[in-house]
Amino acid sequence: MTPITAINDFVIKFANVNGSGSASANEMFAKSIIRMGVPVSPRNIFPSNIQGLPTWYEVRVTEQGWLGRRGGVDLMVAMNPQTWAADLQEIESGGYLFYDNSKPLPKSSFREDVTTIGMPLTHISNATYDDPRQRQLFKNIIYVGAVSQLLGMDADVIETLIGQQYKSKPKLLDANIHALHLGRDHAKEHLAPIGLRVQKADNVGDKIFIDGNAAAALGCVYGGATVCAWYPITPSSSLAEAFQSYCQKYRVDPVTGKNRYAMIQAEDEIASIGIVTGAGWNGARAFTTTSGPGVSLMNEFIGLAYFAEIPVTIIDVQRGGPSTGMPTRTQQSDILACAYASHGDTKHVLLLPEDPLECFEFSAQALDLADRLQTPIFVMTDLDIGMNQRLCEPFTWDETRDYDRGKVMTAEELEAGRDFGRYKDVDGDGIPYRTYPGTHPTKGSYFTRGTSRDPYARYSERGPDYIYNMERLLQKFDTAKALVPQPIVRMGKKAARFGAIYYGSTSPSMDEAITVLEAQDLHLDTLRIRAFPFPESVRQFVLSHERVFLIEQNRDAQLRSLLINEFDLDPARVIKILHYDGTPITARFIARAIAEHMRGASVSAHASERVA
Amino acid sequence: MTYITKPKLHHPTLPKNALCHTRRDYEGKISTLCAGCGHDSISAAIIQACWELNVEPHRVAKLSGIGCSSKTPDYFLGQSHGFNTVHGRMPSVLTGANLANRELLYLGVSGDGDSASIGMGQFVHAMRRGVNMVYIVENNGVYGLTKGQFSATADEGSMSKKGVKNTDSPIDLIGLALQLGATYVARSFSGDKKQLVPLIKGAILHQGAAFLDVISPCVTFNNHAGSTKSYEYVREHNDAVNRLDVIPTREEIVVDFEPGQTISVDQHDGTTLRLHKIDPDYDPCDRIAASNYVGQHHAMGEVVTGLLYVDPEPSDLHQHLGTVETALNRLGVGELSPGAEVLGVD
Repeated sequence: MTPITAINDFVIKFANVNGSGSASANEMFAKSIIRMGVPVSPRNIFPSNIQGLPTWYEVRVTEQGWLGRRGGVDLMVAMNPQTWAADLQEIESGGYLFYDNSKPLPKSSFREDVTTIGMPLTHISNATYDDPRQRQLFKNIIYVGAVSQLLGMDADVIETLIGQQYKSKPKLLDANIHALHLGRDHAKEHLAPIGLRVQKADNVGDKIFIDGNAAAALGCVYGGATVCAWYPITPSSSLAEAFQSYCQKYRVDPVTGKNRYAMIQAEDEIASIGIVTGAGWNGARAFTTTSGPGVSLMNEFIGLAYFAEIPVTIIDVQRGGPSTGMPTRTQQSDILACAYASHGDTKHVLLLPEDPLECFEFSAQALDLADRLQTPIFVMTDLDIGMNQRLCEPFTWDETRDYDRGKVMTAEELEAGRDFGRYKDVDGDGIPYRTYPGTHPTKGSYFTRGTSRDPYARYSERGPDYIYNMERLLQKFDTAKALVPQPIVRMGKKAARFGAIYYGSTSPSMDEAITVLEAQDLHLDTLRIRAFPFPESVRQFVLSHERVFLIEQNRDAQLRSLLINEFDLDPARVIKILHYDGTPITARFIARAIAEHMRGASVSAHASERVA
Repeated sequence: MTYITKPKLHHPTLPKNALCHTRRDYEGKISTLCAGCGHDSISAAIIQACWELNVEPHRVAKLSGIGCSSKTPDYFLGQSHGFNTVHGRMPSVLTGANLANRELLYLGVSGDGDSASIGMGQFVHAMRRGVNMVYIVENNGVYGLTKGQFSATADEGSMSKKGVKNTDSPIDLIGLALQLGATYVARSFSGDKKQLVPLIKGAILHQGAAFLDVISPCVTFNNHAGSTKSYEYVREHNDAVNRLDVIPTREEIVVDFEPGQTISVDQHDGTTLRLHKIDPDYDPCDRIAASNYVGQHHAMGEVVTGLLYVDPEPSDLHQHLGTVETALNRLGVGELSPGAEVLGVD
């Protein structure tokens, strides 16, 4: 067995117990590597639990900047006896196991093809600290110290981070620095060097490190959301909480100290979307954030907002479904539930961000689109993007940008005698004019309802009135095609018979898979869908390739169904590549599945993987 | 209902209010409810109250859920924006609308099925949040639009038109509103306009969550012997605790009751509520006593009406949230975007 040797390109995984205070220590470790100019892609793998269950923090160190999950582990920091067996199993052959050897373990607990690095963490911690909580917390810092030493990382980078974190608490600062060095000194004196190294590089550039939920919340602040109603649900709660804290920072009137926003933690998701609908109807920019089960509850209101044409923004941080499903695992499995949400004939606009940068941009844009199109707009992010910090391009905001409030008829226009038909298409784009309540004493009022009506908002169950309205809504949906983020096409290095379509959090792994495939002389063109309705260019992409692969993270190939249905495509043209075990999709998985197809291997059109 | 289109002409001598509006200017479309429906009387009382208070019709937002009661906002204040939302969910939509623009008057109209059955959760939470609104439940104890099923406010033991006995305990929305912190709580009867109009006026002027439970008999499905929501039953068992007079400014009170029979409640916003006591022991500023009184009298089969509770210093959701005085829907990019500079941080 040859131990793995790698510089700036390996995966380290910390196996911990939830509630043991490991999260901040692990995050500090990841940030230290970024400070050394080496990109990392960390992921929290956590249970639906507050204390006691297993939790993992996986850090992919990647000088090349591959931000998808790689799969496999080169160095396991096994701090949780509950998951020992599975954690040991996950280590690549030739990898390393770092563990607490305060209590001896039988030989059968280890693997011959894995280098073991034992360190008496509990003994060191107990000998240094009296308080049980401190013993636990500082044990985390001690292992960060030891691992950083093993990987050849400089102490000063971590010390700087600790200094920033505990700027206002000098007592904790010193204690943390002390613990760090306890770990480093022990490693220096007692542990043999290993083949994994972190070396200073210059590959991070001006990238920022932020999670998608915070990014989307900031997008809502910039986009002008003034009303947020929500109900706590994993993995979306931190988005609402981030919105609250950004607002406390940026939305308080400096003179009066009053808030330029209103936020309600509602009694359930039905009330959340109801509040957002009421605020949207009354001319405020409003959003809610939720996950799959919340969308299920919101369905009736989504239909109302679609039919009565009320701007609504819904950010769905998707998790594993159906039902309660896997609340702390990632999936892209709400696509159909959102695209066709509610009873009757409906279609909704979906925006599909790939990373925190697009979470920021699309959330702000969703508020514009909701006003412009007078309809619900979904931002479909997921747990992988939402709850993990990710390196991404810095956010920008054009100072000259104004909000697009859409077609709102003013008191002056009404006074001038302009005809107002709330549900009348006057511009040929299917989008009618609306008025805010309270606009004019005698003109422009109307009765909003979920029942059918004529172009002047008068109740009507006449067939022609109903058809006019339903066709106009289709026309409006067609108008949306040009307004939503357009797909991004990337041509292969050589002429390609095959294409690949993907979206959302699959993006970084897809990018990496393409280079893996190119190295095997397998070439394909790719198209990243960024929104529904699909622009015509998506159909053209499918038709201009012999076959296209559609890579997604759900069981039923939901976006593929949507694509085939909307464009009336021959299903045989679109090969599904599906990954849905709740872990983020990997480049290894995508490249293998595509390579098998392209080489004409005798596999079915359905590829999936049991364990990532 | 009638099929005749409402004539636009009206008599030139109709009285006008301070805004030069006649009562006709506060009307809406012609009602499609059954002739004699209590709900139409409530619509008429809303029109009268708004006219008397010189409310600008277009500064009112009318919201409702689904059901006979929820259709009525189309039948009054034709110059107001209205929103017929989804069943049982008017409170959340009203809450959101109110957050968007605190300058309008929010009038929520609901029914007993809409508020006490399907919409119980939303009713409860809108009250406890203190949304500044007038929330009227047109309470007939029955589902009219689906032809006569019991609602959750039907009294135990009351009989349906088809002869079915209700065996479930009733939900008392007044008791709930008192417990949940509504700051203006009243009950009235659609057949008693003299009592109802001032109660609506008081609710409109009240700057907090105002709740009115108005017993409104369903002439088609719940006006028979054995019903406790029929015209006859309510007239016989109506226990009015007081009569209200609303004085929009703190003007001198001209006494027209016996001394000791009238109490004045000065409200924070400068209005005065003058109450003529019918029950001399009833104190409308004592929430807990009000709760007990209503409960005790319900046990005796009586329907207590009048202004049951008022907090003269109410607070509302906007105060709780500390929102700016400007309507949120008028804030622009200059007030809302933190600016490009802020993004230059890690």
